[in-house]
Amino acid sequence: MSLEAELANAQPERIEIQGVTKSYTTQRGTVVALDNVSLKVGEGEFLCLVGPSGCGKSTLLNIIAGLDEPTSGRALAAGESIRGPGRDRMVMFQEHALFPWLDVIGNVLFGLRLKPGLNRKERNEVARYYLHLVGLNKFEHANIHELSGGMKQRVALARALAPNPRVLLMDEPFAALDALTREQLYGDIQRIWEARRKTIIFVTHNVREAACLGDRVLLFSPNPGRIRAEFIIKLPRPRDINSIELAHYSTEITATLKGFNSASGKEASE
Amino acid sequence: MIRTISSTAFFLVLLLSWEVASRSGLYSPVLLPSPLNVFEYLWQSGMDGTLWTATLVTMKRLLLGYGIGLLFGVPLGLLTARSRIMQDTLGLLALGVQTLPSVCWVPLALLWFGQSEAAMLFVVVMGTLWSVIIATSDGVRAMPPIYLRAARTMGSSGLHTWVKVILPASLPYLVGGMKQGWAFAWRSLMAAEIFVTILTGFGLGQLLQYGRELLAMDQVVAVMAIIIVIGLLADRILFSPWERFFHRRWGTGSVN
Repeated sequence: MSLEAELANAQPERIEIQGVTKSYTTQRGTVVALDNVSLKVGEGEFLCLVGPSGCGKSTLLNIIAGLDEPTSGRALAAGESIRGPGRDRMVMFQEHALFPWLDVIGNVLFGLRLKPGLNRKERNEVARYYLHLVGLNKFEHANIHELSGGMKQRVALARALAPNPRVLLMDEPFAALDALTREQLYGDIQRIWEARRKTIIFVTHNVREAACLGDRVLLFSPNPGRIRAEFIIKLPRPRDINSIELAHYSTEITATLKGFNSASGKEASE
Repeated sequence: MIRTISSTAFFLVLLLSWEVASRSGLYSPVLLPSPLNVFEYLWQSGMDGTLWTATLVTMKRLLLGYGIGLLFGVPLGLLTARSRIMQDTLGLLALGVQTLPSVCWVPLALLWFGQSEAAMLFVVVMGTLWSVIIATSDGVRAMPPIYLRAARTMGSSGLHTWVKVILPASLPYLVGGMKQGWAFAWRSLMAAEIFVTILTGFGLGQLLQYGRELLAMDQVVAVMAIIIVIGLLADRILFSPWERFFHRRWGTGSVN
């Protein structure tokens, strides 16, 4: 298989969530992390899930990743029930979750070695392609602890992209980075999304970040976790996080967020 | 360089004050031999081979007992960390038994196995096994769970996860456990050699014990010195390279 063929062979895929509820039993009682949530994610869509902590957005991502199971309802990938993790859905975590016993390229190769149909030469070629894509081709053999926070997340991105998944699940991947590094990565992720045409589900609590990256932003509210509002972001790409047009969207989203924060405050005081 | 000089100077001063103390006549030369007497003994017993034979016998016992301890301790430790049932049974047993100083196994070993190599081996294995189990299982449980989640999303499961994720992730702790196991094996063996008098081999511990019986203090001190040197060398040769490797790759661990 040539590099071009490997890069091209991805199955069409989309995600559908049908009435998913997820509840946990803790010592203080039952917590409903997700309450009857339904949504559809189109092929090649960039969807952002925004909400305060505890609104179930990460839980939903874990269910789509197959790391967690819904209490009731169904999660589908390409029309089939999600029964566990799959190479069609790769995850990028908030903590980089890179393996410190492997060097940079070793980390990118980890998932590729588990993907059938590639020989050693092809795997190396693919790994180098993605390291180049995230701008780390010069750091192939660096140790993980030698990299900066932003570089670590780039490696994590390359590792998630390498098995060529249709869906990329990102769980607050830039939350721990400084503002300048984040801005660079906003540009990179948009560029890579356009180049590789992935379906991306991106979880964040940063409204501006969501408006900058998403085609669509879903607003979650906590206790119980529900989808409360939907925003379609109609701005040309690549988008600049500091642009006025973007500020307009993020103000609107923030206002809605504040709206149901005060509403839930009233409920509590009654 | 400065570190080498300061170490050398420290030990020179130590030897010198020892020599001065033994020459002062304040202490009976029977109880405090001079360093020169000790070196003389080392030289002689080194030339006639007594020391080498004893060291060889001891190392053979140590490696055998330590090897068996690791062979069972590491897999059992891994299992204990990953299975709740094992943790509540074997883990608890190991935690309890490893508090037992290894010399306490000697009476039992003597009654079960008599004055034999088997008794010696038993004491060493008992001294090693439990601490290796505890250290290994602690190490595996210290692994961040995110590694497992990340591995699962990339399609790793079962044996692959064990070999490619759990084992390498806990390797720094495993080496820590092996180091601790080595220290325990070494201590147990010396206890066993002092208390189990057998004719199948004459180890360093026995040499030490005979030194006491013959009131040959130079022999006692010389054998103690040899035991210290072997312990130090083992640490430097067996474990330091690993620790340096982890320090370089992981960016953690102690600097040596």
